[in-house]
Amino acid sequence: MIRVVLPAHLKNLAHVSGEVHLEVAGPAGDDGGVTPRQVLDTLEARYPALLGTIRDRHSGKRRAFVRFYACEEDLSNESPDTPLPERVVAGQEPFIILGAMAGG
Amino acid sequence: MSGVRVLVGTRKGAFVLTSDGQRGDWTVDGPHFGGWEIYHVAGSPADPDRIYASQSSGWFGQLIQRSDDGGKTWDAVGNDFAYQGDAGDHLWYDGTPRPWEFKRIWHIEPSRDDPDTVYAGAEDAALYLSTDGGRKWAELTALRTHPTGPTWQPGAGGLCLHTIILDPANKDRIYVAISAAGAFRSDDAGASWLPINKGLRSGEIPDQDSEVGHCVHHITQHPSRPDTLFMQKHWDVMRTDDAGAGWREVSGDLPSDFGFPIAVHAHEPETVYVVPIKSDSEHFPPEGKLRVYRSRTGGGDWEPLTRGLPQSNCYVNVYRDAMAVDTLDPCGIYFGTTGGQVYHSVDAGDSWAPIVRDLPAVLSVEAQVLP
Repeated sequence: MIRVVLPAHLKNLAHVSGEVHLEVAGPAGDDGGVTPRQVLDTLEARYPALLGTIRDRHSGKRRAFVRFYACEEDLSNESPDTPLPERVVAGQEPFIILGAMAGG
Repeated sequence: MSGVRVLVGTRKGAFVLTSDGQRGDWTVDGPHFGGWEIYHVAGSPADPDRIYASQSSGWFGQLIQRSDDGGKTWDAVGNDFAYQGDAGDHLWYDGTPRPWEFKRIWHIEPSRDDPDTVYAGAEDAALYLSTDGGRKWAELTALRTHPTGPTWQPGAGGLCLHTIILDPANKDRIYVAISAAGAFRSDDAGASWLPINKGLRSGEIPDQDSEVGHCVHHITQHPSRPDTLFMQKHWDVMRTDDAGAGWREVSGDLPSDFGFPIAVHAHEPETVYVVPIKSDSEHFPPEGKLRVYRSRTGGGDWEPLTRGLPQSNCYVNVYRDAMAVDTLDPCGIYFGTTGGQVYHSVDAGDSWAPIVRDLPAVLSVEAQVLP
């Protein structure tokens, strides 16, 4: 089970509160682990309203002002096929999606 | 008694303002989608309770929200706005080629007779059509792929398609306007497009007779005279009486002919409203006086409408989609400012009062008359 933390605006859009818990299935990543791409695929499949809000619908590229954190590391610029830390896969730490620090 | 619903898009959410037909007491509902930029909220003429909203954010991109109950509840519908085929390039500010890149939907135009049919104008400029209530969007590619497309350059606000007029007398005729490409007309439901910019004069471009490149800010039309259009250009107020074949200037005695919105009275096709702004770099009213100007002669002769509007120290702007009229009698006029005020007049502009004063900066205003 993967724990996902969404920013407030995307929680509203998905009509959820608190963390989202996902059972991520599908092909394994490069090293046999669970990848951010799989997590996002699963997240968007469950909450279609999030399509296009985290990554481009066609290229799959992360939106410029969206960041991915886990285990106190910034994973935003990692390959989406790099396996997530074991503690995230084990549900001990969340995969955090957040809006970059920017005002307006 | 009939009622009025005013749909307001702001920098930080949408608001729904409602009143009975007297238009004296108002209820303010919102913010809907708090924190998001709402470029436009528009209701279906065929079903006033069907409302579409363009919701966008620098963080999370573009969404389209749809309400089927007059704005009480909303559902996100389709947001897949893809450019069809090889998108190609347009010109960037510095004159270099720049790939077309979707940024947001500026304007939503529901069909006059089908609540599920709706058009959307995008930045970078493209026209989209949905026939299933906004779930799926298809680009009408002939506009963006017009032979002049590679020469289009953005205005300061971006290369945005901000005006869509569905001709009430000819279902195949559509007008659009793009900053800063100009105005275009289709007579075959979007299958082909004709630039309609003859007569426009724009000091910002070297060739005054250029087919495109004019910074059109907004266009409006009275349904009883579909071949007459009024235009607020970057500078100049213009009109055409032959569906855009030729334009002539009707700025007349305005204190400034720069501005963004333009509207026409619901029952008087020669009565036109603009909000003069000092200049392209000074986006506030001349002399700090917020004045709507009305022409009862189809342009040329203009009178300031000031009663109830601030006449000192006012430095707000009024954006292109932020003025609307209702169809009651007397005609109601509504406009919103970058200072968050929404003003209305229930006597065709003779006097004004704020409905609400302290919203986020207003991006768009639309008025619906309810049965």
